[in-house]
Amino acid sequence: MSVSIALLGAMAVLYACGVYLLLDKSVTRIIIGVLLIGNATNLLLLSLAGPPGAPPIAGSSGSSGASSDPLPQALILTAIVITFAVSAFLMALVYRSWRLAQEDRVERDLADVAVGQGDQPETEEAAADEESEFDRPEAGP
Amino acid sequence: MTALVPLVVILPILGAAGALIASGRPRLQRTLAAVTLTIVLGIGVALIAAVADGGMLVMPVGGWPVPFGIVLVVDRLSALLLTVSAAVLLAVLVFSIGQGIADGDDREAPVSIFYPTYLVLAAGVFDAFIAGDLFNLYVGFEILLVSSYVLITVGGTEPRIRAGTTYIVVSLVSSTLFLAAVGAVYAATGTVNMAQIAERVAVLPPGVQVLLHVMLLVAFGIKAAVFPLAFWLPDSYPTAIAPVTAVFAGLLTKVGVYAILRTETTLFPGPELNPVLLVVAGLTMLVGVLGAIAQADIKRMLSFTLVSHIGYLIMGVGLGTAAGTAAAIFYTVHHIVVQTTLFLTAGLIERRAGTTTITRLGGLLAASPLLGVLYLVPALNLGGIPPFSGFLGKLGLLEAGAAANDPLTYVVVGVATLTSLLTLYPLVRVWNVSFWRPAAQVREGSRLTEELHQDPFRPETVGTRSLAAPMVLATGGMVVLGVAITVLAGPLYQYATDAGATLQDWPVYVQGVLGR
Repeated sequence: MSVSIALLGAMAVLYACGVYLLLDKSVTRIIIGVLLIGNATNLLLLSLAGPPGAPPIAGSSGSSGASSDPLPQALILTAIVITFAVSAFLMALVYRSWRLAQEDRVERDLADVAVGQGDQPETEEAAADEESEFDRPEAGP
Repeated sequence: MTALVPLVVILPILGAAGALIASGRPRLQRTLAAVTLTIVLGIGVALIAAVADGGMLVMPVGGWPVPFGIVLVVDRLSALLLTVSAAVLLAVLVFSIGQGIADGDDREAPVSIFYPTYLVLAAGVFDAFIAGDLFNLYVGFEILLVSSYVLITVGGTEPRIRAGTTYIVVSLVSSTLFLAAVGAVYAATGTVNMAQIAERVAVLPPGVQVLLHVMLLVAFGIKAAVFPLAFWLPDSYPTAIAPVTAVFAGLLTKVGVYAILRTETTLFPGPELNPVLLVVAGLTMLVGVLGAIAQADIKRMLSFTLVSHIGYLIMGVGLGTAAGTAAAIFYTVHHIVVQTTLFLTAGLIERRAGTTTITRLGGLLAASPLLGVLYLVPALNLGGIPPFSGFLGKLGLLEAGAAANDPLTYVVVGVATLTSLLTLYPLVRVWNVSFWRPAAQVREGSRLTEELHQDPFRPETVGTRSLAAPMVLATGGMVVLGVAITVLAGPLYQYATDAGATLQDWPVYVQGVLGR
């Protein structure tokens, strides 16, 4: 089976970036991570489909080589639709979360706090220590 | 009979569409939802009758010949799980209808989307159970997951958004892994039809087999909440509204277990990974129950026992014998019903007393003896007290384990017994503290609860509300169903044994689907 190295490389990069973003605290970045991973998986499906060929349409004027495998394309289309729907929902969720956080001034990712504190009841100091996701100055390189 | 098979998916989808159109007319929505699920329940019973003799119903969708198109397959296992799920979904629907009527449909669940989403969830669960190819299983999973995303965040309060985000991201990762696994399986075998995969997988190089196998197991393991992958469940389930938590706890993890069961019996019948499954099962049981012991909140405690009992199901699968599979099937049915019942009861407790934190509960038995019955019967059932089906299922699992004659299995059998005992502790503690303790002593605290963790994200108390008759009726119905499983355990266990034997003999499935 011949596989395009370029596609595989792009897939690997997308997976790597996606996983990195998925591990971020900001839900917005998590969404971008989800999108990247979804696209990486679509590339994976495409790579697994085998060598490219003629359009897989029955009765189309016969170009020389074999036609490409239609099933992975169908799978990818379905996967794209699902990823699209889910990311739309996630964005609505982030918007809702952002509005609530602004109102309630609870500006941290509570799930991470809980994991960090071993699910202990959180204290006021712990809450004060956490910086807001939205006001935080970019500390990256 | 075959024509009935796609109806179990089509009807809920149509019902959802109808309920969406009827948005703003709650009574019509409720009727539509209830009628749809009742019909599906009837179809489920008819399907059980049709396949009880060992036959299989195979429905090639769209008229494509079998290995090429989408195929829906109903065998004994699918029919049984389908029927039980339909019954549970119907009972929980009645519960939420009662809650909706009592609360005027505007407090927690924006009703215009609740019923359609609920029906779509049902369609996804049913589709996963009857999927005959791996990609359709993926689609079934996605249907139920996407609607579960909506249901878990319904109302959009902050704890639910927080819990929902965790839940959604974890589910997405598992779905992506599943999709990648489907692609890899297709690349390796050239098909996504489960029967054909079963035929072709044996000739693959062992390394490729293990890779595909592990990818599928990890993806399903996240959905089924197996030990190292179960961290998300106790964090997200308890925040949702009571009927949603109940139906998630009863059904969603079991769909994952069903997929693991299919993977182990049909797709990869070899025993290579059985020791891994047994170890994971033992750890799931133990870690889950230890988590349950540390919880002060009844819903969180129940979520941890849910994780713990997934371990029993995985143990049955991991034994790799017909007896083990049969016990796992019986235990799945028992656990779907009992876990849902307990979460419904927890919802009733929350309404009656305003909280589910046991440090603040007391005197419930005096206040409502009926609530006591609704809690105690399923709790004893879950704990495995002898007359009940929980005992019968555990006995079957332990017997199947003891027959294995292998040190690792004996250790897991020991862990299962220990877990069974430990499960009783948190359940009985809830009983002692919340039901038996006089309400006047709540302030003094109890030595049983002084070390417990509070849930940091939930308000300690919410306002108390009346128990609507349909809610009590639905919970009572579920308790009766749980007892009925005990009464009918003979025929049911026989059915599970037949199903387990067929599953272990995978060429039967291949022959049934491919017709050769």
